[in-house]
Amino acid sequence: MLTFTLRRLLLAIPTLLAISLVIFLLVDLAPGSPMSEIPLTVPPDVRQRMIEAMGADQPVFVRYVLWLRQFFWVEPAQVINHWFGTDFAAGEQRILSWQSRSPVFTVIGQRLPQTLTVIGTAYLVGILIALPIGIYSAYRQYSVFDQLGTLFAMIGFSVPTFFSGTLFIIIFAVWLGWFPTKYDTMMEVTDWESFLKQLRQMALPVLTLGLANAATISRYMRSSMLENMVQDYVRTARAKGMREKTVVLKHVLRNSLIPVVTVIALGIPSIFGGAIITENLFGVNGIGAALILAIHASDLPMVQTLAFIFAVLIVVFNLIADILYGLLDPRIRYD
Amino acid sequence: MPDGAAPVLDVRGLKTVFRTRSGEVHAVNHVSFSLQKGELLGVVGESGSGKSVTMMSLVGLLPQPPAEVRGGQVLLDGRDLLKISLPELQDIRGARVGFVFQDPMTSLNPVFKVGDQIMEPLLRHMGLTKAQARTRAIELLELVGIPDAAARMSSYPHQFSGGMRQRVMIAIALACDPDVLIADEPTTALDVTIQAQILELVKELRQKLGMAIVWITHDLGVIAGIADRVMVMYGGQVVEQGRVAEVFKHPAHPYTRALLKTVPALHGARADRLMAIEGQPPILMAEPSSCPFAARCAHVHDRCRVENPQRRDLNPGHDVACHWEAPHA
Repeated sequence: MLTFTLRRLLLAIPTLLAISLVIFLLVDLAPGSPMSEIPLTVPPDVRQRMIEAMGADQPVFVRYVLWLRQFFWVEPAQVINHWFGTDFAAGEQRILSWQSRSPVFTVIGQRLPQTLTVIGTAYLVGILIALPIGIYSAYRQYSVFDQLGTLFAMIGFSVPTFFSGTLFIIIFAVWLGWFPTKYDTMMEVTDWESFLKQLRQMALPVLTLGLANAATISRYMRSSMLENMVQDYVRTARAKGMREKTVVLKHVLRNSLIPVVTVIALGIPSIFGGAIITENLFGVNGIGAALILAIHASDLPMVQTLAFIFAVLIVVFNLIADILYGLLDPRIRYD
Repeated sequence: MPDGAAPVLDVRGLKTVFRTRSGEVHAVNHVSFSLQKGELLGVVGESGSGKSVTMMSLVGLLPQPPAEVRGGQVLLDGRDLLKISLPELQDIRGARVGFVFQDPMTSLNPVFKVGDQIMEPLLRHMGLTKAQARTRAIELLELVGIPDAAARMSSYPHQFSGGMRQRVMIAIALACDPDVLIADEPTTALDVTIQAQILELVKELRQKLGMAIVWITHDLGVIAGIADRVMVMYGGQVVEQGRVAEVFKHPAHPYTRALLKTVPALHGARADRLMAIEGQPPILMAEPSSCPFAARCAHVHDRCRVENPQRRDLNPGHDVACHWEAPHA
């Protein structure tokens, strides 16, 4: 397992380099100028100097190699400096956002916690709703509960979050007034009261996204349970006199979770990607909103860096999914 | 059956149907048999004759729905297993009645260690501590002839061969010293040499432990080798039943006779071709009102097509369900 992990990690390096190059070139091909958001009153020669100051006039390969150096050396050095008070890579140029002229990672550092709290909670809530529904639907296939579960999943699949989110805002925020309509990014949790307030403002976005997540995962759980429920070893477990609870929640569930855990692990990078629509709808200033803003402003360093971070996460969680698969299923050994 | 002492297992008029979209399939029709203490009953019949369904019905192992056990009695030491609640039935499964299934490759749970799977019924039924259950599980693995038992406890099923897995299944079935062991074609999925080993093992265990065994097979050779009595099933009912020597020497039902002829002879003149019974076993969409074998029978006459024959005694302990009078019986 260790050899496998190391081999995969080594293999990830050329993969990620290739991905970074593709991202860099593709994003560079996109039309638009970093000056597009600058007022028209700024004279052309000033614009030209601004572009030169940002290095945007350099050939794409020069920018790519410089970006690589910044991403893999300067930015990690900054993190280490921040943690240990050291002084690595002092005076080196960090990856700057063309839009805000501040380091890209500072922006990410501000935005990411919002996304993780809201979208991460929604994912977790989705899983917690989905697993019991999937398990019980499969155990009582075609029962009323199963039919309702199927209906729920169908709605969760087919209703887009911009619709369900708006609906929830109208019902729970406008009519009933239980929750605020907007998410207040500036709010800080300092005491019990502000914690409750935070929970209340998280409720609607979490509900919106959680239901969508739960719909998918509950279907996976159900079909995986159904597949295992008819296996011979289940009959063996019953023939041993095990209680139904043990048969289903131990023997069947343990086997059924193998593919579901993989699906869940592979879905985690999408949390970091943020749910752009939901974030916009509720005014959560997360990473998804940041990406959209950057694309509008042709802020190439920001877009490239964010896209590459998502690529890294996807590669890493693919590896994690594979490792989990090996841990859960003794038949799979990677050595 | 008339055999003196009270039987461990007494099945009377068992009836099982499957509800399907196209109607009810009458898989088991009024099957009666009994099992004496320490006896080995062989159950033969081709695929679809209701052998497995009968045995699974005894302790409610068929998925319900679509299966439904509709009538009869299953008396284990005088207690009707069809009348008791599911939790009570679960106390009996694995404790008093052990099961070994056909396919050892899929009958063990792939994600749990073999040792844990053997310990499970011990912890469930015998009230042992984990350490005691472990000791007993190692004993069981040794009993079924698995070398280096203590080390193999932490192996997973996929690390065992088919024959070894079937030994593990036998260890699980015997874990709680059951009164009855039901072996549902336990050697069918194994190759011949392994088959012979498993047969030897069961013979030996039976002498050591003295449980009664129901051995389902379609291999008459196996029955001849190990069984005391044989029960022949066709179309969901018992067509002939008796002591092995008697049934093999004087088969009374045309189906039994035909079955015996399908076995290739090792000695004597070489037969031209291996005998086959023409036709297919019936799928019973209604309770049979005629003899289910009538369509394939060499001795069929008019009465067979209008009246399903009842079992009648030929000799003490040998009965047949057939209108035809076999010459030797």
